[in-house]
Amino acid sequence: MAGFLLRRLVSRGVLVVVAGSLAYLLAAAALDPRAGFEARVPRPPDAVIDARLSALNLDDRTPLAERFLVWGGGVVRGDFGRTREGEPVNAELWPRLGVSLRLVVPGGVAGSVLGVLLGAYAATRRGRGADRFITGGACVLLAVPVFVLAVLLQTAAATVNDAMGVRVFVWVGEGESAGIVGQVRHAVLPTATITLLQLAVYARYQRGLMLDVLHADFVRTARAKGLRRRTALLRHGLRTALVPMAAYFAYAAGPLVIGGMLTEKVFGWHGMGEWLADSIDRGDVNAVAAIDCVAACAVLPAGLVSDVLNGLLDPRVRPGAAA
Amino acid sequence: MTVLEVAGLSVVHAGGVRAVRGVSFAVGAGEVLGIVGESGAGKTAAALAVMGLLPDGAEVTGSVRLRGEELIGRSDAELSRVRGRDLAMVFQEPALTPVHTVGDQIAEAVRVHSGAARAAARARAVELLGQVGIAARRARAYPHEFSGGMLRRVMIAMAIANAPAVILADEPTAGLDVTVRAQILDVLRGAREATGAAIVLISHDLGVVEGFADRVTVMREGRVVESGPVERVYLEPRAACTAELLGSVPRVDGTAPPRPRPERPVALRVDGLARHYPVFKGTLVRRRLGTVRAVDGIGFDVREGETLALVGESGCGKTTALMEILRLSRPQRGRVVVLGQDTASLNAARRKALRRDVQVVFQDPGASLNPRMRVAAIIAEPLTAHGFPSSLIESRVKESLELVGLESEHARRFPHALSGGQRQRVAIARALALEPRLLLLDEPVSALDVSVQASVMALLESLRDRLGLAYLLVAHDLAVVHRIADRVAVMYMGRIVELGPTPDVYRAPAHPYTRALLRRVRLRGDPPDPMSPLTGCRFRFRCPRYAVLAKEDARLCDEQDPKPWGGADRSVACHHPLVGAGARQ
Amino acid sequence: MTRRGAAGSVLLAAVVALAFAGPLVSPWSWDETDFTAFGQGPSGRHWLGTTQSGRDVFALTLRGAQKSLVIGLLAALLSSGLAAVAGTVAGFAGGPLDRALMWGADLLLVLPPLLVVAVLAPGGGWPLLAPLLAAFMWMLPARAVRASTLSVRERGHVLAARFLGVAAPRVLVRHVLPQVASLLVADASLAAGAAIAAEGGLSFLGLGVRPPDVSLGALIADGRGAAATWPSGAAAGLLALIVLAVNLLGDGLRDALDPLRGGR
Repeated sequence: MAGFLLRRLVSRGVLVVVAGSLAYLLAAAALDPRAGFEARVPRPPDAVIDARLSALNLDDRTPLAERFLVWGGGVVRGDFGRTREGEPVNAELWPRLGVSLRLVVPGGVAGSVLGVLLGAYAATRRGRGADRFITGGACVLLAVPVFVLAVLLQTAAATVNDAMGVRVFVWVGEGESAGIVGQVRHAVLPTATITLLQLAVYARYQRGLMLDVLHADFVRTARAKGLRRRTALLRHGLRTALVPMAAYFAYAAGPLVIGGMLTEKVFGWHGMGEWLADSIDRGDVNAVAAIDCVAACAVLPAGLVSDVLNGLLDPRVRPGAAA
Repeated sequence: MTVLEVAGLSVVHAGGVRAVRGVSFAVGAGEVLGIVGESGAGKTAAALAVMGLLPDGAEVTGSVRLRGEELIGRSDAELSRVRGRDLAMVFQEPALTPVHTVGDQIAEAVRVHSGAARAAARARAVELLGQVGIAARRARAYPHEFSGGMLRRVMIAMAIANAPAVILADEPTAGLDVTVRAQILDVLRGAREATGAAIVLISHDLGVVEGFADRVTVMREGRVVESGPVERVYLEPRAACTAELLGSVPRVDGTAPPRPRPERPVALRVDGLARHYPVFKGTLVRRRLGTVRAVDGIGFDVREGETLALVGESGCGKTTALMEILRLSRPQRGRVVVLGQDTASLNAARRKALRRDVQVVFQDPGASLNPRMRVAAIIAEPLTAHGFPSSLIESRVKESLELVGLESEHARRFPHALSGGQRQRVAIARALALEPRLLLLDEPVSALDVSVQASVMALLESLRDRLGLAYLLVAHDLAVVHRIADRVAVMYMGRIVELGPTPDVYRAPAHPYTRALLRRVRLRGDPPDPMSPLTGCRFRFRCPRYAVLAKEDARLCDEQDPKPWGGADRSVACHHPLVGAGARQ
Repeated sequence: MTRRGAAGSVLLAAVVALAFAGPLVSPWSWDETDFTAFGQGPSGRHWLGTTQSGRDVFALTLRGAQKSLVIGLLAALLSSGLAAVAGTVAGFAGGPLDRALMWGADLLLVLPPLLVVAVLAPGGGWPLLAPLLAAFMWMLPARAVRASTLSVRERGHVLAARFLGVAAPRVLVRHVLPQVASLLVADASLAAGAAIAAEGGLSFLGLGVRPPDVSLGALIADGRGAAATWPSGAAAGLLALIVLAVNLLGDGLRDALDPLRGGR
């Protein structure tokens, strides 16, 4: 298993390196940091702008390849360069990554677990009220874009607050100064947003997978042994239907990152998503490239977790299983 | 004593299809009842109704009494106490949950009824595996690591885990090779002796039922048409359809008139043809495990107007050999000469031209016809591809349909609106549209019901005799081969072990393997792993003759790979062929 | 067609009719400003009220819906076309070409698409958004198409056609494409939903459609913080409705075209 994981890690690592380089090249080619300096009032002299840009490795008159090598050299040493304001990117990056993870991880985990359970349940109650409710709910949730969902939740929370006369829900920022309780209160709505988003995706997919095994011959075999329908479905059906879910986990990571970005923006969390939007606006190449790299790296552990899950769940792909 | 009594059982499926219409039968302890009928006769639906395992929405009426207790109308919870303990079923598809070990799945059957401790159940599972002839260490393997025959045996082990009163066995041997089939029936017999259970054996194969059942019930279109003791039903069938079923079974024991080998040009010659595949394991990481020698140096020839059959069990390489010939390009090793042209020397244009004369009919007509094309378009496709004048296509399509005994109105239909036999006729019509000289047939009748098989075979025979076609037939059904093949080549693990005129080979098989196939002898063990390193004779591990050889004689088998010897007309690859085989050389 | 599919197509037709016929009957154009009404609620004069800057919300919302629909349709067509070509070619040809195409797809999958589109989008106008979105949406469908091409390639009638002497391009068009077409059609409508949602998200972040032009996402973003919930509410509702309609249609098509999934 270890060797297998190592090989997967290497092959995915190569992908991430290429993808990260591509991200820098795209950002460096597309963004225009010079415009930001030139738009300052009063406009600094050209020589100053040039000096500033080349100090930050942002000078568009230096060949792209050269800038890339400088940037790449830094990244290899763990340094993502400086923002347009001259601050180290790293100093900003890690705290913001922490914020984003605090948002995305609990919501993602809760959403996927709940989604799998709901989807499986809906499949076993196929065509009945519970199934219709879950399927319909998932369908509507999927149709509502994340940021709309977040805004709707805010509106609903505001109504609740008004009705109760106390501020039950708070949502602007992370509430760092409000102690543990305050932080949790601040986290409820954003986490709920992410959870709902994930839940809908997973429920829908798991329901389809579960329907495939509902009438599978091996479930019938299990029932013929004397297992009740429910037990047979749980121990044999759901267990088998979880296998393709593992592979799906990796693919679901991308949308999760984006969902997190938009949710941050709505709830005023100072995470990676907010930073990205601002940095693109400012033409801050180094910051944008760093964010893209981190996002690409985030897909890497997701893929790895997916591989491990797959290996644990499915004996057929386990290398070195007794032949 | 009657343990299971079914009376007036009817099943209506969710769509309103009446699968079973008032079926009654009874079976006593230790007795074996055979239920036979063509596919769609309602046999499986009746068995599932007895188990209470029909899909949702199916409506069951009538009575099923197990030791006098009514089962119809009980809840799932009540039935689950009966299923697996008193009433067990062996399904046609040996479907085990892919993600649990085989041992655990058997242990589960024990635990669910006895509440035994995990360790005790595991031990019992190992014991049960032993009873069906599977080594104890295999208990920790997963289902995908088992062959089809082994999975059937696991299913049987599961069924007998709680010594049930009745075992329903639904087509327990369907799709298995002859030598493995005999094994499964032996295991079932052993299970009956060990548990004293009554067995209901469901099959479309009269041969299986004949040697095993005490009584037989014949079903057709959801009804019982006849039942009685096996001998009586077989010797003097009362219902017309029983007689038809019996009559249409191609039987090996008839005497075919010997046909002299025609003095005509050779249509296909194959020399030392080999095809090896590298094998990888794992879907995520691909690791090369070794090489499968699917076809490992075979040679034969087919003359015009003659049929050569390649027979053997699944995995012996017969289909691979056919595909290699069909590619019409340079084989990995050896030589293929089609209608006088060496395939290694063909360029693209000449290869395409040659395809005109070499056509193919595949096993499953349902798959080999494009479901989105009408019959006329399907038959016209090779004509257009080879630049047949378009003005003549319509009349040629009509002629081809006539040739295979279809009406011209069939031309407008889609394949799904045709029966299985009609579809295979369309596939044959497509192959014949270009008037080929060599026809390759890959199991042309195995997907068809017995009565339809007979008519398709008759068609193939008459076409061969009228048009002087050469057939290369791949089949596993020895009765089919006996009926239409002039010569037969028996394959085992990529080699031809015996080759000769069909009547001669069938009368006096020279290779122990041929003999086992023909006499349905149970062979020891399972077919060996095709990747295992090969030294000496490939068949010796399962060879009944090798087992009784003296040590010095056996050493020859261990050390030397037997080469085919004998004439071009009759050859055998065995160091110690059976008596009488050498007489012809 | 399933009930869900029918509901989706009716809904979609209604939204399209509203988006393209609505402006014809609306008294205000989207780029007009009514200096007599700032931030008003719905009235006979302004059916859905006005924004803080006095623009007609009804006209603005429909303008945004048009954008969303056009971008969604274009992106879906482009990405499905790409997926069809890449998937069938990779599946049918196999070998190095297959490996190269799939490696490329994996590479693009590693980069969260919205991030890259966000970087590139501000450079061009909104017409550039559709191809950009498509460029990052074709990978998963292409993998699915490839997988089904691989299985179709081994199917009896495809083998039969090849061995009967039918040329490879004809086999691809006649026997392989029809089998994967159902997959593509269904996927295209789901991709349209994804593209519309993505465009909305980008514009919400201020990275998609730029002022003075409007889109539903931008309208929702503008409406936040404003006292009146009218402008953003209408836009959010319409956006959700469009995505819902397209998704329902996609589900319905997939169920109807894929016999294995029939009756779900």
